[in-house]
Amino acid sequence: MSPDMIRAAAEGDVPEGIDLFIPPLYDIFWGAVMFVALFLIFWKYVLPSLKTTLEARSDGIEKKLEQAEEDRNEARALLEQYREQLAEARSEAAKIRADAQSDRQSILAEARAEAQEAAAAVTERAQAQLAAEAAQVRATLSRDVGRLAVELAEKVVGDSLDQQRVSGTVDRFIADLETATADGTTR
Amino acid sequence: MFEGTIFEFTRINLVQVIMTVAVAAFFIVAFRNPQVVPRGVQNLGEIAIDFVDKQIIQSIMGASGRKYLPYLATLFFFILALNMAGVVPGLNIAGTSIVAIPMLLAVVAWVTFNVAGIRKHGFLTYMKSNLFPPGVPAPIYILLTPIEFLSTFILRPITLTIRLLANMMAGHLMLVLFFSGATYLFLDADTVLKPLGIGAAAMGFAITAFEILVGFLQAYIFTLLTALYIAGAESEHH
Repeated sequence: MSPDMIRAAAEGDVPEGIDLFIPPLYDIFWGAVMFVALFLIFWKYVLPSLKTTLEARSDGIEKKLEQAEEDRNEARALLEQYREQLAEARSEAAKIRADAQSDRQSILAEARAEAQEAAAAVTERAQAQLAAEAAQVRATLSRDVGRLAVELAEKVVGDSLDQQRVSGTVDRFIADLETATADGTTR
Repeated sequence: MFEGTIFEFTRINLVQVIMTVAVAAFFIVAFRNPQVVPRGVQNLGEIAIDFVDKQIIQSIMGASGRKYLPYLATLFFFILALNMAGVVPGLNIAGTSIVAIPMLLAVVAWVTFNVAGIRKHGFLTYMKSNLFPPGVPAPIYILLTPIEFLSTFILRPITLTIRLLANMMAGHLMLVLFFSGATYLFLDADTVLKPLGIGAAAMGFAITAFEILVGFLQAYIFTLLTALYIAGAESEHH
């Protein structure tokens, strides 16, 4: 043992034997003072402070939960709304497409009718023209045939009527006719 | 200081005051400006109080024990702080290693559980349920009642006192033994014996770690038993 401890024991600072279990009054006094002081600090200050904090925390958590619930409901409503709008837009698009389809049909039919009409008009006009040309040709032809017939008759009458000459005349006439026709086309 | 009066102040009293002030300061700082989201020392303080609340009060007394939180928290942290003084360099003695503190706390516990029981059931019912437990043949009470009286009203405070006192005092003696032994071996012993000082110092170190465990455990046990006694006094059946 160190000298300090031996001295302390000699002075009676360190209790021995039954004295271990008999506390001096001042020890009890100081112990009580400190215990009561600590108790008051816990009772009046620390634990109320903790309680308020914990309550504030619980309130905060509750509020957050409520807020989250609200937000969720709001989001759900929005989603529902968007879905409705989307469905609406889709049906509208389908309607527009159907309308366009029917419009196209009618436009096509109209265009076709118009084209047919135009085609018919063109045909008619062509036919009329052809008819006119045919009439003109027919007139020209009959006039020429008449004149040629007269010429032929004049030539037949003017020459002798022997067989050989007649046939020579006819041949010549035809040759003339051919040249005349050729001239006529060039003319 | 003030020798011979009730205000006499020794080294152990000083140690007790220092540790009390330290633990009070810790909790005051922890809850000086409490935040909803705890930070740093507030976290620590909340965990500490939560330990008393959950591990001691809720597990023993249930929700109704909540009103004893100020008392039991004070008890636990007071004992813990004074115990820890035994391993704090410079203080080196547990504030609970003199009989006054354990005895004082045991008397307070004794008064508390008896008052709790009497207030709950009335004096006669409380005494009857403690001294005459139901369900035994009448003659047995001749034997049982003195035993019950002794164990409940005499032995409880005494065992509380001695358990704490002896543990802390023994820890102090072990620490003194090994560290003064190590000092002697290093400084005064023959050269051959000096290496043994390392062993003594190592043992002292191990005992220090052990003392931290014991200091915590004894604070826990003392508070737990107090809670148990109060719960027992308040409960309907014995």
